Order: sequence, then structure tokens, then C-alpha cells
Amino acid sequence: MSHTATHEDHSAEVRKEVTKITIILSVLTIIELILGFYMMGIEAAGTRLLIKGTIVILMLAKAFYIVAYFMHLKHEVRNLIMTVCVPLCIFFWFITAFLIDGNSFRNLRNTYDPHYKEQSSIKVEAKEAKHEEKEAKEEKKGGLKLDATRTTD
Amino acid sequence: MSTTTTATTTKLWGGGKSPFDVEYGKLMMWYFLMSDALTFGAFLISYGTIRFSTNGWPDPNKVFKSYPFASEGVNAPLVFVSIMTFILIISSVTMVLAVQAGKEMKKKAVATNLILTIIGGIAFLSCQAWEWNHLHSEGAWWGMNPFLNADGSASSTNFTNYFFTITGFHGFHVLSGVVINIIMLIMTLTDQFEKRGHYLMIEKAGLYWHFVDLVWVFVFTCFYLI
Repeated sequence: MSHTATHEDHSAEVRKEVTKITIILSVLTIIELILGFYMMGIEAAGTRLLIKGTIVILMLAKAFYIVAYFMHLKHEVRNLIMTVCVPLCIFFWFITAFLIDGNSFRNLRNTYDPHYKEQSSIKVEAKEAKHEEKEAKEEKKGGLKLDATRTTD
Repeated sequence: MSTTTTATTTKLWGGGKSPFDVEYGKLMMWYFLMSDALTFGAFLISYGTIRFSTNGWPDPNKVFKSYPFASEGVNAPLVFVSIMTFILIISSVTMVLAVQAGKEMKKKAVATNLILTIIGGIAFLSCQAWEWNHLHSEGAWWGMNPFLNADGSASSTNFTNYFFTITGFHGFHVLSGVVINIIMLIMTLTDQFEKRGHYLMIEKAGLYWHFVDLVWVFVFTCFYLI
């Protein structure tokens, strides 16, 4: 009798935890989306970078909640947590090294490859103009707007 | 607290039982997911590297701005993809409930939640199929990129190549997850787990399904938000 009682208690507890995590994940996603919408109207590179950083942090928080609670890793023994998490620390190096490498490659190209630099600064007409007239017009409008903001800046 | 921890640790490494305190299949599922995480990580980092090495990049808000049954010139960025994200989160929740019901040996609840999870998975795949079809109709595919960079300069095909490769690889994972869940559902309905006396297989399928959701968190952020 007492055994079934504790069993049901545990079940209710788990359900409560699942509800809590669902709400946390939904709220984090909504915040991400709000930041995404907010970012559309912003031109300043610094602010954009800041928002992107915030979104990445929220993404990692979501990943933590999914792995820890949905995948139950937080309730496993320490040995299992370590055997899963420690090897994945390679990502610290993996991400840092490769993004730095990519960034350095861009700087090198911009310094030593004038053709590349010139090409990436020339505005072109929308390629798919033959495809969809409407789309092309919109693109153009967007481009003009961008130019306008450039000159005012 | 610390004494009990040491006590259990020594016991765990004392031999005679798994030091990870899980059954073999679940441990191997974790190792498989680790290797899969590295594969996806390599894909996404490669995408990041190329994006960092390029001056211009298409604006995702200009590319992903439509949804099914929308009129021609609709401009609704992030709307459709956020629906996809929520579908996957909710299907992850029903999977947790299926696993929990399995622990409690409630066959009916397991079946119901598995069916809901499968529906979520199929809904997600349908959304993705629509999105791919829509982008293809706009002229985007591997090796074809009709979208200009955000600053109006000519873009390379890197954007579409990475988009279709990575979302395709993820979509393939969702597809195999749905197939695995359907197998789990059939095994549940034919009482195979009842005969075994445990629903541990559901937990392994659940781990895989949550991983698919986890990967989408990263794909969603890297392609649609940032």
C-alpha cells in the first residue's frame, strides 16, 4: 500500500518537473524569437553582435534543459554524466579554433585579394529577376533602403 | 553527503555491475549520440567557419519569410520556423511522458503518448518538406542560390549548400526517429514489452528523439535567428 503511494508521489513529481521544463523551454524560445524580431530593425553591428551572443546563451540554456531533464542525464550517476560530457569538451577548442581560422581567412582575403574585396562590395541586381518580377522589385526596394541608410550614416 | 558519494563510487567501480548504473543498451545509445553530436557539430562549425570567412551572407529574414497558403509577396520571417520549433518541443514532451508511463508499466499511456510523438514528428517533416519545396520553387537548391547577400552584393552558393545539407541531415534524423517510434508503438501494442517485464527500449528511443530535438535547437538558432 505504502509502496504504491510513493510510486504515485514520484509520478506526480516527474509530471510536475516535465511541466516546469516545458514552460522554461517555451519561454526561452519565445525570448529568442522576440530578440530575433527585435534584431531585424537594427543596423548597428555591435548591437547585433550583442543580441546574437544573447541568443547563443539562450540556445545553450535550452540545450542544457533538454539534456539534463528530458534526457534525464542530471538524474544519472556521476560516472555517466562525466563519460558523456567530458569528451564533448572538445567543442570548446573546435568552435574557437575554427571560427578564428575563418575570421583570419576573411582578413587575409580582404588584405591580399583585391578582386574578392571588390566583388563583395559591388551591389548587384537580384539574380532571379526573370523568375519572379515581384520578388525582384522587393529586393530592389530593400537595396535602395539600405543605400539610403548608408548615406545618412 | 560526501561519505555516501564515495561509498557508492567505490561500490560502482568495485566490479560485478556497470559503473554507469544503466543497462548496456542505454549506455551505448549515449555513446552513439555523442558521436552524432560530433558529426552535427562538425557540420555546424564548418558552416560557421565559412560564414566567418565570407564578407557577405544572405539575410535569413529575407529568405525564410513565407508559410503555407500565404499570398505571393508575404513577409513573415520567423513565423513558420517557430511553429516547427514548437512542434518539436511538444513532441519531445510527449516522448518524456511516454517514457515515464513505460516506467510505471502503463501500456495505454505509453501507446497514446507514442502516437502523439509520431504525429509531432510527421508534422515537423511535413513542414520541412513544404519549406524545401518552397525554397526550391524560388530557385534555391544545392549549387543554386538566388538570394543576394544582406548588403546587396552577389552571394555564393555556400548558404544554400549548408542549409540543405544540415537541415537535410537533421530531417533524416527526424525521419529515422519517427520510424523508430513507430516500431516502438507496434512493440507496445503487441505486448512485447509487457512480456519482457520492462519498457527500457522506450527510454532508448526517447533519448534518440530528444537528441533530434536538441539538434534542432542548434540548427534553428544558427540558420534562422543569427
